[in-house]
Parts: sequence; structure tokens; C-alpha cells
Amino acid sequence: MFDNFPLWPVPASSGAGNVDALFIFLVLLAGFMSLAIFTMIVMFALKYRYRPGHKAEQIEGSVPLEVTWSAVPLAIFMVIFVWGAILYFRERTPPREADAVYVVAKQWMWKLEHEQGQKEINELHVPVGRDIKLVMTSQDVIHSFYVPAFRIKQDVLPGRYTTVWFHPTRPGVYHLFCAEYCGTAHSGMIGQVVVLEPAQYQAWLAGGITSGSLAASGQSLFQQLGCPTCHRSDVQGRGPNLVGVFGKPVELEDGRTVTADENYIRESILSPNAKIVSGFKPIMPTFQGLVSEDQLTALVAYIKSLSQPSSGAAGPATPAPRI
Amino acid sequence: MADSPLAVAHQEGLHHQFVDVEQQRNAASLGMWVFLGTEVMFFGGMFCAYLIYRYWYYPEFAAGSRSLDIWLGTTNTAVLICSSLTVALGVRAAQMGKRRLLVLLLLLTLVFGLAFLGIKAVEWHDKFVEHHVPGASFSAEDLIQAYPQIHIDPARTQIYFSLYFAMTGLHALHMIIGVGIFCYLTYYSWKGRYTPQYHTPVEIGGLYWHFVDIIWIYLFPLLYLIDRKPLK
Amino acid sequence: MATATIPVEREHYLNTDYGIRSWLLATDHKRIALLYLVTITLFFFLGGFFALLIRLELLTPAGDLVLADTYNKLFTMHGQVMIFFFLIPSIPAVLGNFLVPMMVGARDLAFPRINLLSWYLLVAAGMLMLHCIFTGGVDSGWTFYTPFSTAFSNTKVIEAGLAIFIAGFSSILTGLNFVVTIHRMRAPGLTWSRLPLFIWAHYATSIIQLLGTPVLAITLLLVVFERAFHLGIFDPTRGGDPLLFQHLFWFYSHPAVYIMILPAMGVVAEIIPCFSRKRIFGYSAVAMSSIAIAVFGFLVWAHHMFVAGISLYSAMIFSILSYLVAVPSAIKVFNWTATMYKGSIHFDTPMLYAMGFIGLFTVGGLTGLFLAALGIDVHVTDTYFVIAHFHYIMVGGAVMGYLGGLHFWWPKISGRLYPEWLGKFAALTVFLGFNLTFFPQFILGYLGMPRRYWQYPPEFQVLNVLSTAGSTILAVGYVLPMIYFLWSMRYGKIADANPWGAAGLEWKTSSPPPTENFEEVPEVTWEAYNYDEIPSPEEVPVGR
Repeated sequence: MFDNFPLWPVPASSGAGNVDALFIFLVLLAGFMSLAIFTMIVMFALKYRYRPGHKAEQIEGSVPLEVTWSAVPLAIFMVIFVWGAILYFRERTPPREADAVYVVAKQWMWKLEHEQGQKEINELHVPVGRDIKLVMTSQDVIHSFYVPAFRIKQDVLPGRYTTVWFHPTRPGVYHLFCAEYCGTAHSGMIGQVVVLEPAQYQAWLAGGITSGSLAASGQSLFQQLGCPTCHRSDVQGRGPNLVGVFGKPVELEDGRTVTADENYIRESILSPNAKIVSGFKPIMPTFQGLVSEDQLTALVAYIKSLSQPSSGAAGPATPAPRI
Repeated sequence: MADSPLAVAHQEGLHHQFVDVEQQRNAASLGMWVFLGTEVMFFGGMFCAYLIYRYWYYPEFAAGSRSLDIWLGTTNTAVLICSSLTVALGVRAAQMGKRRLLVLLLLLTLVFGLAFLGIKAVEWHDKFVEHHVPGASFSAEDLIQAYPQIHIDPARTQIYFSLYFAMTGLHALHMIIGVGIFCYLTYYSWKGRYTPQYHTPVEIGGLYWHFVDIIWIYLFPLLYLIDRKPLK
Repeated sequence: MATATIPVEREHYLNTDYGIRSWLLATDHKRIALLYLVTITLFFFLGGFFALLIRLELLTPAGDLVLADTYNKLFTMHGQVMIFFFLIPSIPAVLGNFLVPMMVGARDLAFPRINLLSWYLLVAAGMLMLHCIFTGGVDSGWTFYTPFSTAFSNTKVIEAGLAIFIAGFSSILTGLNFVVTIHRMRAPGLTWSRLPLFIWAHYATSIIQLLGTPVLAITLLLVVFERAFHLGIFDPTRGGDPLLFQHLFWFYSHPAVYIMILPAMGVVAEIIPCFSRKRIFGYSAVAMSSIAIAVFGFLVWAHHMFVAGISLYSAMIFSILSYLVAVPSAIKVFNWTATMYKGSIHFDTPMLYAMGFIGLFTVGGLTGLFLAALGIDVHVTDTYFVIAHFHYIMVGGAVMGYLGGLHFWWPKISGRLYPEWLGKFAALTVFLGFNLTFFPQFILGYLGMPRRYWQYPPEFQVLNVLSTAGSTILAVGYVLPMIYFLWSMRYGKIADANPWGAAGLEWKTSSPPPTENFEEVPEVTWEAYNYDEIPSPEEVPVGR
């Protein structure tokens, strides 16, 4: 809005406008309530200031008034709650077909890797008009991925993946901040999100030096570590078939059913006996200490790709991986 | 004459802020109960952490639990329960004015308390020898070897033992404080300070001791009895 | 200068005994209150000094005043000192200690020696904290998030953690004393519904201190053990969970903010009726609201964790509960305002602070509604919006309440009047300085400036400069009372028993009170805030 003295960041995502709408409502509500209380205090102070001969009137209270000014605020608060909750639900539910970008945070930088293999440091290039989902983990302490222009923020934790998604609506360059104190250069762990028109984004993708798609490097790692020994797709192996497993429910031997999301895949590699698939024995060895966060990211991307009919991502077509 | 209000007040050493001895007694009692409430919250935080990790890391917790000596643990439980009995009987003795009996019961309580601490020291020594003390020299190898059919994660096992030492350690610290309190009570009982009209310190000291006992009653099954049936 | 008209000084708690031993071994709750006053004032100025350095660094976008590591220590220690060594003790340990026995008609608290012990614990904790600060400091943030605090920070986390652990016991013992005193030592005729709201507020505060602080104690102890022995309870690389730390930490630290604000609300509930010359509007509602805040305050902690990685459904539950806890605070604001209606209002300094409190607490509380809204919190959490919110409540609210209370009861505490015109001037200075310091921070937060930033992008500079300018004005406002309170102890006008014409048992005894508080234990036959029966000071000639 006010170009020279902005009061809020440029809204650059599909969700930003909705967040701003609730914010403006709250500003008006808070402004109105503050003004009301302020005005009443000033009015009472003036009208009922001490004058000799005037006595104060002893008023006990008023139950109807108490009920009213308890119930009305409560009702308004419930409206705000529902509105905020709906926004949050949408913020935390990424669309199924979102493009994934993998993020590894460390003191004091952001490492990002696109599925097509492009790596970036402290910068994220994305095309306008697409759903982008970030799958993030930290190599050390808790960080937080914050893009004010998109109105999104998500803590990035060591030991697990957290996700955040957005839908850029406006080409431009926007701040990326770390928003969870992480040590000496916390305020230096900043960067930018570059939103490009689709054609420009294609150009950027093609121009970059890549080492192959993330899923492809995951595939070669999968081979190197010997995973196909048990995880076969042709016949029943000693381990579950991984084709089509990502995103689907998995029945465990203790009766629980869990969804095979990024965290499940990661945990299965690092702590295989935490969740045993029904019908299989707990014989998978752990790879804790044998794979880095970047390698885990690649393996997760590979397993994911086994569930995609064919590459639907923007950019050069990735050949359907075969085991 | 020993019962006249003035005499009782003098005996109890009625503190100046109280109106009468009744108020002083009630205040002391309420104060101790409130303090024990804070202790419940203190141990509660640890119990909370324990319950969460036990739910998540059941195999490691079961293996760690089985490595504790159940006989020593059971003995300690019996020791503490007996000590609570002697405390309760001691309070009764004070109420009835039986000074010698009171001193005897308080001494017995001390013996039980020290026995508990001694057995605890033995258990901790065992853990030290087995390299189950968390830190640089921790090793879960023996447990991993002992249970080849399940996968024991050393880091998760160390969490079990961290909580084991934190919980039993803080409990032992409270026991040591309790022993100190009871030394004080024993000495002044022997000196004849406590009478049927005034034995508030014995009562509230007893409350404290019972509380430390109850904490152990929770610790014992949680730490020692996770899974004592043979592992399949 | 002695003249024939000055009477021989009667004995009271200040002159009954002289010498350092009589102070350091005092069991008189009034003396202990003054010991606390000195201690927390020192910590207030230390914490304030750190704040000033922070604001100076933030004058420019670049980090050019101190090193990044130093800056990280400054905001950490500012938070720790202000919260644990100033705000949490402040009103309860100074005004509460002084007034609770008197307001219930008792000669002292239930356990005077435990009261002295609690002061010594705060001093011991404070000395450990000072040692930590002056031999390197700590940079974990006052929130000690793991695994940074347990496995990555290179500073004195253990020392700071232990210092706060010890300070926690001071807080617990104060709460214990108040609860037992209020339950067991009320004067005859003083039923619960006749108690001053200051007592209700301190009762609710004490419940929180008793139930919440032990959880902080065990959490900090586990952090200390983890760091010292390389355990893994909160470290994911060693099997632990960093979110478990956050849950345990916030389980105390959220109710802690109610420890900081409830006593100030109690002060305001005494001042407004006195300077409006009428009974508080809705006594029961205000009393019950204090209890409701204490209870609900324990149910909302994870609203500090909406983006931390908790589940969607947890977040929803904590959000709705956070709205519930806002209702009793709103009820109080409405009742205080309604008390002024058809009153006869005097604008002495305490009343200015109380009115300022209502305004600033309202703004701070309303911005809490923003933070409780999940969709908004995602954008503004961990930014200057949160910093502005909690400073409005803790500084605009709690500190103003504390200062208002100090001014209101100063005649009772010292037997002297402070210079009224200076009091008003300082109150206005504080109000203006405060708003200039913290209002721009709301805007900074929504614009996206994260907290704990040593350097920042240049577009945030103008608002930061405004904020720093405000902080210098605020500092002046805080230094002034220090000076004139001290001045008044020697040169201030002598106060009589009840210079404000206030209700409450403490005003029925002389200023300063005798050590035993009352010549005779009072018997209460009147309701609280019986302003219809108490003449205004203007109506009765007062020997000033």
C-alpha cells in the first residue's frame, strides 16, 4: 500500500490476502475497543472529576451487564477463532499435487534442492502460479523458514521433516528470514525467494548446472546401499515393495495404520524397528550415521517418485525411474 | 496446670504472628500440604517426560527395566513401607505422650531410611559397573546382545537410564533431606520437646516422609516392572 | 531542622532497631519487603541497561555497536533478569509482602523466617546470575530452546539455568506464605467476600507460583543435566525430542505471565475505587476473574508453539482455550472502567498510573487476540509483533501497576509523601516514552522483522529509530521516581495514617506502621471498599 511507508509486506501468495483480511478486521476491532475504553475513561474522568459537594454514587454492580460483557466478547472471540482456524487449516494442508522443494537448514544457511536437481543456497527460485511445498529439516538446531510476503512460517527441526506450502501470485524478489533464534549468525541466515514468470523459470531451470534430478540421485543411492536386496518390486522380497507406497496408508504389525509420508520414510531408514509393516520381520538394519540429511532427502524424493504415474513437474521431463 | 493456655502457648513457643496455638498448628499443617503439592508438580514434570518416552521407546525401556535388580527394588519398597509404618506409629506415640516409644520409632524410621539409601547406593554401583550410567562411558551393548530378537537403539536406551538416574537421584535427595529432618525430630523427641498438646513438627515431618514414600511407590513399578514376563 | 512543633518520633518498624544485622536478619514482613525493593530495583536497572544497549544497536541496520554474540547475550540476559529477577518478584515480594498481612489484619505472614529465606534465595540466585553475566554471559535466549542450549551454545547455560532454578524456589516460598496466611490468618469478621481484591489477586498469583514453578525447576534441571552429562532427553541426535522441552518449558512460562500481571491488576483494583471514591463495580466478578485467569492460564501453553511442529488439532485446541482465558481479563477492564462511572475522581499520581494501566493493558490484551488467531500467528510469531504485545502487558501493564502501587502505598511504607507534581510528570513521561518505544514494533512485526535480530534489512530502520527514541524517554521516566522516592525519605512531607482516604485495614494503622502492624487485632464488620463511610481527604483537615 503506502509505498514510502509500508505498513505490511506486499502480499505475494494466494493466502496472503486472506491473512491480511483477518488482520485488518482485528485491527479495526482492537482499534474500536481501545477507542471505546479510552473514550469512556476520558469522559468519566472529565464528567465525574472531583468537585466539592458532589459525592460519588456507590454502585454495587450489575449482573445483566456482567453477563453481556462476558458473552459478547466471547462470541466475537469465537468468530475470530473459527476464521483463524480455517486459515490455519488451509495453510497446513498442502495440495496433493504441489511441487516439492527440499530444504536443509543449518547454522547459518539454507540449502535448497529442487526435484529436478537444482541446488540453491539461501535463494529459492519458483514459478508464479504453482503450488510449492517445502519439505524441510535441520542439520543442527531449530530454525524457522519465514517469508513475510507469503505470510508463511514453519519451524525447521532436527530429526524430522516439517512442511510448509505456498502459491506465489506475483513475480518479484521477497525476503526469506530465519525466524527461530539459532546462534551467532541467526540474523544473517537470510535470503530471498525469487518468483519468476513460468517462461523465465524454465530458462532458469535449463541454465543451471544440475547433477541430475533429486529422485535420480536417490535412485543411485538406493542401489549403492543395497536396498533392492530386500525391497523388490518384481517378487515378494524380505521387505515391503516400495512402488506406490508413498502417501498411502500402511498397516503395521501392532495394528496401527500410519500414512507413508516423508517422516515415515525417513524414520524407516534411520530407526527401522520403530514401525514394522504387518507381515514382515524386524530385520532391516539401521542406516543411522551412514546417510547425511542431503542423502536422506534424495532417498525420500526417490521413494516419492515411485508413486508418480509419470513426471508431472514443470521443467524437463524426468524419465520414470525403474528399479 | 501444664494444660493452661498460657503454659501450652509457652511450651509450643507460640510465635508472635499467630493469635493462638490452634492457628499456628493449622498454618503449619496447611503449609506442609501446600509444599507437598509443589513437590507433586516437581516430580510430575519428570513423570510426564518418562511416560512419553516409554510410550515411544517401549523395547528400550523394557530392556533397561529388566536390567535393574528386582529383588533389591522390592526390598527397598518394603523398607520404605515399613518406615512409613514406624512414622505413623511415631505420630501416634507423640499424641499419647509416650516419649520413649516415640524416640524408638523415629530411630527405626532412620534405620529404614538409611537402609534404603544404602541399597540404592548398591544399585547405582551396579549400574556404574555395567556401563549403564549415561554419559561418556555409557554402553548398551550388553542389552543389545541380550535381546538379539528385538532391535535395541543405544540412544533410546540411554534416555531410559537418564530418566532412571534423574528420578531415583532426586528421590534419593529427598530421602536424604528426610533423614536430616528425622535426625532433628529424634533429637528433640529425646529431649522431651513433644507432648500430646504439641507435636506439630512430628506430624508435618511425618507428612513429608509419607510423601517421599509415595513417590517411590510410583517409581518402583514404573522403573522396575515394565515388562517382567519373558520376552518373545 | 528540629522545631518545637515536631513531636517525639514514635516507634515504628523502620526505627525500632538499627544496624545491618537488624535488616539482614529481619523477620518483619515490612522490612523484608524493603530488602526485596532494593534487590529488584538493582536488577531492574541492570535489565534496563541491557535493553538500552539493544535499542542502541538497533538504531542502524548493520551490526555495528556490539558483536553478534554479544547482542545475543544482551537479549538473553535482558529477558532472564527482567522476568526472573524483577517482574516475577516485584509486586508480590515488595507490595505483597508489605501489605498482605496488614490487609488481612495479621501481625505478620504465617512463616516469617521462610519469608526471609525466600529473599536470601533470590539474592543467592541473583549473585549466581551476576557471576554468569560478568564472566561471559549466556546466549541461549531466555527460552533455552534445545538442542541449541544443551548442545550448541558455547556460553554459561548451566550457570544461568541454576540461577533461575534457585530463584524459582524464592517464588514458590512467597506463594506458600501468602496462601497459608490468607487461608488461616484473616482477622475476625474478615470473610472471603470482604477481602480486598489485592488479596484475591495475590491468592490467585500464589496458586500459579506454587503449581507452575516446580515444572520450570525440573525442566531447567534436566537441561542442566543434559548439558553437563551429554544426555539426550531433548536432543534428537541422541534419541530425544526438542518439542518435549518446549511443552515442559511453556507449561510454566505461560502461567508465569499471569504471575506477572495478576498482582498489578490487584493494585489497580485498589487504586481506582480510592480515587473514584466509590466501591469497585462488580466485586465478585473481578474476584472470580482472578481465579479464572489462574486456572485457564494453565491450559493454553502451546499457543507459543503454533509453528513449532505440533499437530493441527493440538493447535486448534490451544487456540480456542486461549480465547477463553482472554474473557476474564476483559471482564476486569470493563469493571474498572465502570467503577469510574459516577465517581468523584481525583488525579493523583497513583490514579494516573492506574488509568495508564487500563489503556495499555487493553491494547496489549487485544493484540493477544491477534496471536491466538492461528492464521495470523503463523505470520507474526517470532517477530517484533510478539515483542510489542508482551511489552505492552508486562511494561505498560505490570510495571505501571507496580509504580502506581509504589506511589499509592509509599506514604504507608515510608511515612512520607513523594512530590506530587514530579510524580505526575514522571507518570506522563513513562506513558509517552512507552508508547513511542513499543507501538512502532507492532508495525515492524507485521512487516516481517523477526525477533532476536542483531542486524536487519534497511527498510526497517525508521521504525527502529522511533522505538529507540522512545526508550530514552522511558528511561528518564523510570529514573525520576528512584530519585524522588529517595529524596522523600529525608525531605518529603510527613504523611498521616491515611493521606488518600483509602479503604482497607492497612490504612487504619499509622504511617509507617509499628512492627506489630496493629495495636489491637481488628475485628471487621464492614464490606470492602466502604467509600460511602470514608471521608475524602479534602473533607477532613489532614495535618500535612
